[in-house]
Formats: sequence, structure tokens, C-alpha cells
Amino acid sequence: MEERIIIAGFGGQGVMAMGQLLTYSGMVEEKNVSWLPSYGPEMRGGTANCNVTISSDPVGSPVVVEATTAIVLNKPSLDKFETSVVTGGNLLINTSLIDRKSNRDDLNVYYIPANEIAIELGNVRIANMVMLGAYIEITKAISVDSVYKAFEKVFGESKAHLLPINKQALEKGAEAVKSLVNA
Amino acid sequence: MAIVFEKTKGLTDKPTHYCPGCTHGIIHRLVAEAMVELGVLENAIGVAPVGCSVLAYDYFNCDMHQAAHGRAPAVATGIKRVHPNNFVFTYQGDGDLASIGAAEIVHAAHRGEKFSTIFVNNAIYGMTGGQMAPTTLIGQKATTAPYGRDEATTGKPIRMSELLATIDGAVFVERVAVNTPANIRKAKKAILECFKVQLEGKGFGIVEVLSTCPTNWGITPVEAMKWLENNMIPYYPLGNFRKPGEVE
Amino acid sequence: MTKVLMKGNEAVGAAAIAAGCRYFFGYPITPQNEIPEYMSRELGKVGGVFVQAESEVAAINMVYGAAGSGARVMTSSSSPGIALKQEGISYIAGAELPCVIVDMMRGGPGLGSIQPAQGDYFLATRGGGNGDYRMIVLAPADVQELVDLVIEGFDLADIYRTPVMILGDGMIGQMMEPVEFKTEANKELPEKDWATVGTGGKRKPNVINSLYLQAEDLENHNIKLQAKFAKIRENEKRVEKYNIENADIVLTAYGTTSRIAKTAISKLEKEGYKVGLIRPISLYPFPNEAYEEINEDAKGVLTIEMSSGQMIDDVRLSLNGKLPTYFYGRTGGMVPSPEEIVNKVKEILGGDK
Repeated sequence: MEERIIIAGFGGQGVMAMGQLLTYSGMVEEKNVSWLPSYGPEMRGGTANCNVTISSDPVGSPVVVEATTAIVLNKPSLDKFETSVVTGGNLLINTSLIDRKSNRDDLNVYYIPANEIAIELGNVRIANMVMLGAYIEITKAISVDSVYKAFEKVFGESKAHLLPINKQALEKGAEAVKSLVNA
Repeated sequence: MAIVFEKTKGLTDKPTHYCPGCTHGIIHRLVAEAMVELGVLENAIGVAPVGCSVLAYDYFNCDMHQAAHGRAPAVATGIKRVHPNNFVFTYQGDGDLASIGAAEIVHAAHRGEKFSTIFVNNAIYGMTGGQMAPTTLIGQKATTAPYGRDEATTGKPIRMSELLATIDGAVFVERVAVNTPANIRKAKKAILECFKVQLEGKGFGIVEVLSTCPTNWGITPVEAMKWLENNMIPYYPLGNFRKPGEVE
Repeated sequence: MTKVLMKGNEAVGAAAIAAGCRYFFGYPITPQNEIPEYMSRELGKVGGVFVQAESEVAAINMVYGAAGSGARVMTSSSSPGIALKQEGISYIAGAELPCVIVDMMRGGPGLGSIQPAQGDYFLATRGGGNGDYRMIVLAPADVQELVDLVIEGFDLADIYRTPVMILGDGMIGQMMEPVEFKTEANKELPEKDWATVGTGGKRKPNVINSLYLQAEDLENHNIKLQAKFAKIRENEKRVEKYNIENADIVLTAYGTTSRIAKTAISKLEKEGYKVGLIRPISLYPFPNEAYEEINEDAKGVLTIEMSSGQMIDDVRLSLNGKLPTYFYGRTGGMVPSPEEIVNKVKEILGGDK
């Protein structure tokens, strides 16, 4: 098993944190993991992305070029990474900020209004967790319990009180793709 | 028979390489005597520069580092941070401190590093053979200013004490000279006071010592003493620029 | 021992502190800023000292002062900053002082880019400063190995009284992987009776110095240094080898690039190609014997670097004409993809499996 994931969006959308949480969760399950960020001036307000690998074997190149999944939170990210996903892979699109459909017909594409769902829960900043919930539901690459375990490790004790609302976001994200699959 | 004078224990027995009439020897003695009188010789760690006093590590009778050109204040920072209870000093010339090491001395002062610097200003690069220094006087001849230092192309001599006295971390700054017995006594007093500032943990201290270089100035040692008095002191006024308590 | 997920740069700091390093002198430069940031945050908690120097030049000279005073000390930077440190590194090598220097390489020359690159191989392995010296250069491929080599690097520095360089790149500095800190009992290390701590009136002054004005003295010093480098070459080579006895072609790469090579190898193996790997872990001393073990019928050795070809010189010297050498590199911060390597291998083998 090897999941190679690209997560991309605007700086401030929690793209890096989401990737770290996913990576940490994989580590909790004793899988081989790596997290590689884009870095540099674009971190300060422009587009941000990170590569996550979760594998049963030691991770080779930490650079994800042939992604099994891309999670895109804004339109420039869709434009940039749509072509990076392998045939049969997953593309998760945040429709709250992306007004076009995917041009790929060889992928499993999921359209998720992450910002709207997050706003309904009371905090737009957890849109990233909605997307993460959807990702876990689709791929089962890790269990959601591992995310709960990793949460405090990644965000620190001071953010531990935010776990309940983040749990809700993960659940809503999972529901969103279940309903898509069922529709 | 009563001993009226003996060589300080602060210096080794190694004969120095300095030219006849050079005042480095006097300054070495003053620094060494001050360390002995303050009882710090045995825990002292000194830093020698690049320049005429590059071999100072052979002369001071204490643990020594030899530093890259201009970097003595950075080296002393490393030493003092590891051994905050040891007495640490740098001994630097004007090419070393005022030119290539300008950044290092300014920032050691700026951080308020608790070591002491002896800055020997003889207005010339001695070791390399008489090239122009940032402290060379206007009109003074040097091998790289063969027609005399020209303000239009090389600027005016830099006054390091005045510059460093603008930095809060430099809590002791004084300029002295060693061209007369009276001035030598004042120099000794300033060096003692500067070293005490370090021992009391108050911050960075520097004594700038106006010194002679008869060899590269091209005059006799006696003429050099007079030249220093008539030319250097008017441009580089003697006196204290900063003492503890003056820094707000 | 539990694993923690750490960014390479922060892991460097944590490893240094675990190794007993208590002094850090640095200057900001991307992509290694998390190292000085980590040290400024953590060193004070263990009674250590962090100083942000006015320049890389000052930082390495502070290291010289601290190392000469007997401390375990580290500095870090990235390529242009490491270039500035060469003065101090040469002095440290000349005065035989132990310290660890981390270079998280970025694209060059000049100000270059901030993306990962491997253009400092020559600078690191040939002794980038003036004079005839070498230093131990270790090239980790993952964050765990980065931690292990930093810790080991401090011991090697003390044993040989030499600067040790950890040669990483922006990728390993920025990426996060699980690590654990294996705290072994320290090796028996030589006493630092040469350090400046004050004579205490009990011994002759210790002098930290690289100046020998008499040519005979300096030659003798150089002979002594070279004997030390020979001992390092004898004892401290580190290499990972994979399938080199049976391979039709052997890839060779160090650091993060070796991981991309590994991914390429597993792709090629699925297609039936027999591909080996030599991954030098110590770049100085270079593990030249590994190249002598390659299957004689192999078609050649493909060196892959994030440079225009630097380590390939050592590969050629090691092979000494025995096998053809090939090169694939990307520069400027561009990272080669496994697919590019796969294509290069197929081009060399011409369809022979």
C-alpha cells in the first residue's frame, strides 16, 4: 500500500497543518510516512502545497510526482495539480472556491463544498478538516481514530480544546462524500 | 638589594619580534601588568589578531587564541560565552579592527559582550609593509597611498572610539597614547579601569592606544613619538568617551 | 523509544542537544532557518547559549572560539552562507578544533535559489577554504539518518579534532519524517587538554593557532594533518550498497537524490531490469572500494546529482576506467523525478534487460 498525496491551496487554508496531521496519523499506525512542504516566499500569502506519502514500505522519493490523490482547496491548485494524479486516482475539489469541473475523466473526482460545511459548523478555518474527513472516507488510508490521537501532538495542548469541532468537521467531510457516492 | 623593577609575570620570556622603537612592547607590558595586578592572569584567555601583533600568543603568559584577520571579537565572543567567568581580551591593530573587522567589533559592542579590547592604532598596516589603513591621516604617505592619503578618493580617517561610544553596549571607551611617561601612566590606568568593567560584568570595554610605527612611517623612534603628538593626537583626541553609569 | 514526527531542520537541533551540544552560533538563511530558531528556543532550557551572529563569517569565528575553549559547538547555514564560512572552517581545520557544521544546500551559483540542490559537493569534500585540508562530510538521506549522523558527527569531531560537515539540502531540512533519538552511552572520547580554559597557574599556556611562520614547522604540521586524514579514510567510510553484484547498471547518488534513485530502481525492477545502487553516506572519506565490487559485466555506473556533476569525479576516480560512467543531473532547485531516471537508464541499456 502506498498513498502519495498532494494537498494544495492558499496560504492560511491550513494545507500544511492538514498534511502534517495526516502524516502523523500514518505514523501512529506505524506506517512509513513523509511530509514535504513547498517552501519559500509563497508560504507568506500565496499558494502553498505539501506532499504526503503513507506507505507500508520505506518511503523512496518524498517528492510526489505521480499522486494517488490530490486535494485542492482553491482554483490555482486545481489548475496546477490536476495533471499530477495517476489514472484511477482521486481528486478532491473544494467547490466553495473552485467554480470549474475537472477535465480528467480517468479519475474519481469528488466535489465537496468544504468552506460552506465549515461555516455551518461555525468556523471557516476547519474547511481543511472537512477535506481530510472526506479523504479518509474515500481511501481508508488511515483510521479517523489515528487522527484524533495525532491531533494534540500536531497542534499542541493549547489547541486540544478544538478537537470536538475538528471531529465534527471530519465527520461532516466523510458524510459529504458518502452522499456523493450514494447519489 | 631591593627590587625596584622586574619584568611582569604576565609576559613570557620569549623575545618579541617588534621593530626598534615600536610601542607594541610597552602596550603588551601594560596589558600584562594589569592582568597580574587584577589577579586574572591565571584564568585569562586572550585573542591575538592578524597584523604586527599576530604573534602576541607567544608573548602573553596565558591561554591564547590566534584569530583570523578582524575576527578576534567574534572569537572572543565564542570564548566568553563558553567561559563567562574567565577574563577574556582581544588585542587588535587598526587594519584588523577598523577595516576588515569593523563588523565584528561593532557587533560585539552592540551585543554588550563582556570582554575587553586593546585597540592599537598606529595609522598604518605594519606587518604587510606600510599600506594605508582606515586610520591613516590625510596627507600621510603609505605604500598604497604613495602621494599621501587623499580625502577625495579615500575619505577621512575613521575615529573608532567615537564611533563605538555611540553604542550602548560599549560601557567603557577611552583613547590613550604611549608616547610619554605621563601618557603611559594614563594608559595603564585606563586599561585597568577597562578590565574592571569586564570583571564587574558591566559590558564591553575598549581602550584605543595611539602607537608608533617608525619603520613604516620612515622616521626615527624619537621623531615618531613627536609625530604622534603633533599629528595623531590633534586628530584622535585623548580622553574617556564612555564610562559605566553614563549609559542610559 | 517513541517516534516523533519532526522537520529535518528541527531534528538537527534536537539531535545536537541530545549529543551534548550547548553552543550554537548562526545567521539566518533559507532553507535552514528552523535550525537557529529551534536552538534559540531550546538551548537556554538546557543551560546552553545561542547567539545570532552579525554574519556567517562572525558565526564560524565564534565557533572557532567556543571549540577552542573546549565546548561542543555547532553552526548551520545554506550554500551562500557556507561559502562565507570557509575562512573559519580552514582555521578550524588548521587549528584542529572539533565542531559540527550543517549545510542545507540550495541552488547556486551566487544567490541562486532557495530550492534543494547539491552544488556544494566540491566545496564540502575538497575543503572549500584555503590550504590543504579535508573534513569529514556526511550526507543523510532521511530525517532519522540526519539525527543519527549529527549525533555521531559530534563524536567524530572530538575523536579526530576536526570539523564535521553534515551535507543536506533544502528538501531534507524542510521535510518531516518520524524519528527516534537513540541515546547510546557515549564513546570513550579523548580529553580536551588542549583547550583554553585558563592556565590556573598550573601549566604552560594553551594556544589555539593555525600560524606556523617557519616553512619546516608548517610542513610538519601538514604531514600530521595528512596522517589524520589518512586515518579517517581508513576508518570512517560509510556506504549503502544494493544489488551491485548482479546489476546490469548501478545507480549512484547521495542524500535525498538517492531516494529518488531508489524509487526509480523499484519501477525498473518491476519491468525486469537489474539495477543496483551505491549510496555514499560519507562523502569524505569517499567509499571508493564499493565501486570495485560492482559486477564486471555491468554496462556502467549512472551518477545522479542535483548539480551539473560533482560527485561523478569521485565515482570516476573510484572506477579508474573499469566501467563506463554516465550522468544525470538537475540544477537550480529542480529535483529529478524517478521517471527521468528510469528513462535515462533505458537509454543507456538500449532495451537490454
